[in-house]
Amino acid sequence: MWLTRPLQERSTQVFLGVLFAALVVVTFLHLFMPQDSALHVSAFTVTLLGKYLCYALLAVAVDLVWGYLGILSLGHGAFFALGGYAMGMYLMRQIGDRGVYGDPVLPDFMVFLNWLELPWFWHGFEMAWFAFIMVLLAPGLLALVFGFLAFRSRVTGVYLSIITQALTFALMLAFFRNEMGFGGNNGLTDFKDILGFNLRTDATRLGLFIATGIALAIGYVICRGIVTSKLGRVSVACRDAEARTRFLGYRVERVQLFVFVVSAMLAGVAGALYVPQVGIINPSEFSPLFSIEIVVWVALGGRATLYGAVIGAILVNYAKTVFTGIMPDAWLFALGGLFVLVTVFLPKGIAGLLQKRRKAKTDNDTPTGQEATA
Amino acid sequence: MSICRSLTLLLIALVCLLSLPATAQEDDPGKALLINLADAPASKVEEAVNAIVSSGDERARGWLEAYGNNRLSRVKDTGQVVLVLNNRGRDWEIADPLTGENMGEMSRRELDRVAINNRIRGQLEGILAMLDLNAKDPDVREASAQDMMGKVDASLVAPLEARLEQEENAAVRNRIEEALAIYRVGEGNLEAVDVLAGSLHPRARAALNEAARSDNQELAASATKALESIEQKLKLNRAAETLYFGLSLGSVLVLAAIGLAITFGVMGVINMAHGELIMLGAYTTWGMQQLFPGQPGLALILSIPAGFMVAATAGIIIERSVIQYLKGRPLETLLATFGISLILQQLVRTVISPQNRTVVTPDWMSGSLVINDALSLTLNRLYVLAFALIVFAGLMLIMRKTRLGLEVRAVTQNRAMARSMGIRATRVDIMTFALGSGVAGLAGVALSQLTNVGPNLGQNYIIDSFMVVVFGGVGNLWGTLIAGLSLGTINQLLEPWAGAVLAKIIVLVFIILFIQKRPKGLFPQKGRAAEG
Amino acid sequence: MSLKKHVKLGLSALALSISFNSVAAEDPIKVGILHSLSGTMAISETVLKDTVEMLIEQQNAKGGVLGRQMEAVVVDPASNWPLFAEKARELLAQEKVDVIFGNWTSVSRKSVLPVVEELNGLLFYPVQYEGEESSENVFYTGAAPNQQAIPAVNYLMNEIGVERWVLAGTDYVYPRTTNKILETYLMDMGVAKEDIMINYTPFGHSDWQNIVSDIKRFGSAGKKTAVVSTINGDANVPFYRELGNQGIAASDIPVVAFSVGEQELSGIDTAPLVGHLAAWNYFMSVDNDANYDFIDQWIEHTGNEQAVTNDPMEAHYIGFNMYVEAVKKAGTTDVDAVKDAIIGVTVPNLTGGYAAMMPNHHITKPVLIGEIQDNGQFSVVWETPSLVAGDAWSDYLPGSRDMIADWRKPMFCGTFNTATGTCGASAGEMAAADE
Repeated sequence: MWLTRPLQERSTQVFLGVLFAALVVVTFLHLFMPQDSALHVSAFTVTLLGKYLCYALLAVAVDLVWGYLGILSLGHGAFFALGGYAMGMYLMRQIGDRGVYGDPVLPDFMVFLNWLELPWFWHGFEMAWFAFIMVLLAPGLLALVFGFLAFRSRVTGVYLSIITQALTFALMLAFFRNEMGFGGNNGLTDFKDILGFNLRTDATRLGLFIATGIALAIGYVICRGIVTSKLGRVSVACRDAEARTRFLGYRVERVQLFVFVVSAMLAGVAGALYVPQVGIINPSEFSPLFSIEIVVWVALGGRATLYGAVIGAILVNYAKTVFTGIMPDAWLFALGGLFVLVTVFLPKGIAGLLQKRRKAKTDNDTPTGQEATA
Repeated sequence: MSICRSLTLLLIALVCLLSLPATAQEDDPGKALLINLADAPASKVEEAVNAIVSSGDERARGWLEAYGNNRLSRVKDTGQVVLVLNNRGRDWEIADPLTGENMGEMSRRELDRVAINNRIRGQLEGILAMLDLNAKDPDVREASAQDMMGKVDASLVAPLEARLEQEENAAVRNRIEEALAIYRVGEGNLEAVDVLAGSLHPRARAALNEAARSDNQELAASATKALESIEQKLKLNRAAETLYFGLSLGSVLVLAAIGLAITFGVMGVINMAHGELIMLGAYTTWGMQQLFPGQPGLALILSIPAGFMVAATAGIIIERSVIQYLKGRPLETLLATFGISLILQQLVRTVISPQNRTVVTPDWMSGSLVINDALSLTLNRLYVLAFALIVFAGLMLIMRKTRLGLEVRAVTQNRAMARSMGIRATRVDIMTFALGSGVAGLAGVALSQLTNVGPNLGQNYIIDSFMVVVFGGVGNLWGTLIAGLSLGTINQLLEPWAGAVLAKIIVLVFIILFIQKRPKGLFPQKGRAAEG
Repeated sequence: MSLKKHVKLGLSALALSISFNSVAAEDPIKVGILHSLSGTMAISETVLKDTVEMLIEQQNAKGGVLGRQMEAVVVDPASNWPLFAEKARELLAQEKVDVIFGNWTSVSRKSVLPVVEELNGLLFYPVQYEGEESSENVFYTGAAPNQQAIPAVNYLMNEIGVERWVLAGTDYVYPRTTNKILETYLMDMGVAKEDIMINYTPFGHSDWQNIVSDIKRFGSAGKKTAVVSTINGDANVPFYRELGNQGIAASDIPVVAFSVGEQELSGIDTAPLVGHLAAWNYFMSVDNDANYDFIDQWIEHTGNEQAVTNDPMEAHYIGFNMYVEAVKKAGTTDVDAVKDAIIGVTVPNLTGGYAAMMPNHHITKPVLIGEIQDNGQFSVVWETPSLVAGDAWSDYLPGSRDMIADWRKPMFCGTFNTATGTCGASAGEMAAADE
């Protein structure tokens, strides 16, 4: 019921329309344009776009907690990376005996470090269904435990932000340890195939790109569903006046916990789709700086709009791709400058800019169009 | 060892020669000695060194020192052995080792270094130490006697005993006795074990350890007993050492975090560029050392005000250009300052260099303060610890006793009220941010003595700094001090037991859990300000 | 590149999808440079970018190769490992470069490897590494463990008489593997297990008080002790500072480092470190005219009188010249032809000898032990009597003892198992090799 409501919304329809149109156009241009045509979209670009979409889904997850719940998570990279590791472990097991040492069970890095048997937590990941459940469960559980502790004791504001940062930092250090059995700094890499499809073919890449697009669409609809439901309105109330909401009789911590866990799972899915497309997962995804960067995408796109997060993620990462190519020595100036300018001059992000324009337009059409600002 | 036998000869020869005037002859025998050394293949080096030592030439010491420091080279064309005065860059400044006359610069291509390795350098140190045993200054004698520990062999016993007879200084006597005892324990002497029983010196312990493994039952037993008593003493020392390590790490954390405690804790600005302000302080130290070459100590002291000013100026620029527009939007300051931090890092990479810079530690800060043989406190860390406490005290003074401090506290507690009392809040903002940034700069000056000075310096400290401030309680300087010192100590207590990585993880988990228990840190801010 | 062009490129969303395909015969040879210019690795990698650019300039001044000029395509993977893979793909698929020089860390190489293999590119990797890899498309011009670690340990054991060993490293795959190999090797040589202490620290570790004090204690057991350090990059400065301050001199407990070169030393005040050791295949102080010429060119190129050279730079020098020779030999830049031609190519190195490309895609190198001097340079104290050929698969690891790599036909295999006589253990890999 709550899931179908967003589909009737104008903004969601537009978003889904644009997204699906983009998917179709890219697929068409990739498949049916001749290689040497200027309009041909290469497999490289398809994968690149797939990566942007993963980031977009991650940004949507962050926007859900930050925009609608008021929790600035500086540790969402942790959930993203956990999802990624779950997927990475599945892909590692799929390599089977095609690794360089030809061990049918142990991944290469374990043979390399003289491990004799698979650690217990690696069992089960040879089965796709188990791995895919873990993609949701691992980040979900972490968020549940962490959120339960934090929300119960009413850790708020900047304290919460800093301990989410501590969380991802601690996990990064832990995953860097080779004893942990996740490949240490080298992480998991050299994947061969997923669900039987060779990862090194363009068709699989296109498939993953489309799957990411669909995941983003579903994630977006779920988030819209939550924020337009009663739960969503309560969570906005928590954001704006936590104490008041509590006195009104709402169980604030339950609402917070639910939304937080959903958001963590979405981040996990984003991570899981990210790994086969970029071909590696390594503890640097846990780095606190990456988590801060995600927040920056959301802020740039416009907080509490969801579609703003998508725009922000895609824009920043596109800028990164372009700048690291054409001005390798100076791209950090451009990126840093962008962050500063946006926060100072566009406090509501790009989405705010769009809304302002739309508002100006509706103001012109109907002088009493106040609901457009809501 | 033959070197040592010839050493005795040298000592005698030196005594004789000291009264003679220096003779500069056409046919200097030193020339042949040096060429002999330079020509010697690895197996003959020892012989060549011996020849120099037993020649009794009063320049021998200078030559050997130069040889030990890699400063002897040969001119490829003429085969002349020269002293290298400056070996940086492509052209080296050289001098004649026989006359000491400066020969100007010569291209590195034209010079062939006289090779030396660690083994020979070790022997040279022994020889030089033996020479120093005759020095006038008892401290020099003690130091050289200490250098002799573990380096005594059969040929040195006689001269050392002779030296012991003459020696009046008790400390030096003790050292020489221990040095002799280490040798004697090796020879199976039981009495010598007793001499070493109280010694905490690692060489003494090494000798006892070896004796404890020997076949001589009696010796092994008494050595084991002596070791046990030493171990007892060591335990206490080790505990003291660990505490010092902890406080030292803690002081680093405090220094790094204290500026943040002001900008973040008092002003509410989540300053992600804080680490880069620290970096600026460190680069200022480097810059000052470039301005005053050869005077690292003076440069370092001048860097303290300079580092403060540079970082404070950068802080003012940041505040005026960005942060003032973000009043009341603390989370957005995070984003903007994150951008600034990226820019500052890349700026340093582009303008200065992506490589680390060398910051020299002045002599009075290197080495360690020796409490006893097993416990010595590294001087650079000791200074940093003291510096952290001074900075903290200074800040407390400013916040409590000055008009600025009063105004800052007023503005943070109730901005509107403070303004209506005639306080210029904008000015207070600028001053507070400058103060916090300047203190970050001071931290950078201190850190330049402990770690890399490079573009990544700030990143390594920013997360720790936030942890410390939050753990201590935002807005409370005392909290920052206690939090920094205790987190440092916990970390160092855990480290020997859990390893460096796990220790850090445990500390992080501890902070996470602690915040559940006390959601506002160790020392929560009370009253109205807490709600803001 | 002008600002206008940036804006134009940045604005055009289509820029990504434009594919370049018009290749004329006289087009320049495109050389991709895949080194981080920002982020944590910039500290080491930027000079390598400059080195390759300098080599290209020089080659062009000599008239290029096969009458074609060479052109550098520089990208910045920003010390971000997935970005390395993406940029490698960009270089190969979009820019269509003929060869890539790049990577420093093992993880970045592992990230790039599948891309280079899939798109059949050429990658020259210039850094000493843990071995246990041999790819058809990668040429390892840095040292394998048997070209650095084992000779260094031999030196300490035989020349210095070391009996007790501290293996200290940063916790990642290169130190882990090197220490594993060394541990096996030392125990084979009769060192007791309690005489080996192994310690791992995280990247950028800055507080060494406890560890150095442990080392000091470990060294007071009555046997000559040495530290074999695989500590990486930034962590070295505080480590050496702590050593100096706690009074551990090189004559007491020497430290031999595998990751500390001239570049790293340029950020340290080396006066307290004189006598500590490093093992490399090249030192800037090597007394040789080819080396002096290279240094002169480098100083001229950078315009910095203080600029230093180091081992990975020499590796790129060798790799670049090998590539040029191979292209001349093959008469084309076609990847498969160059791959065939390059095996056996021999070019001068900077230490007065020659480097040859072996069939396992590793090269021959001399191993030098240098002592740190007070001017930030090393002085060579020992050298292997002859060149050592790189070993892709270590003889001291159980999993790889029987493996060899040979990329000549008919074997053409990176994981040939001499015990079973098969290539790898799997049919899949063989099928891939047959293609």
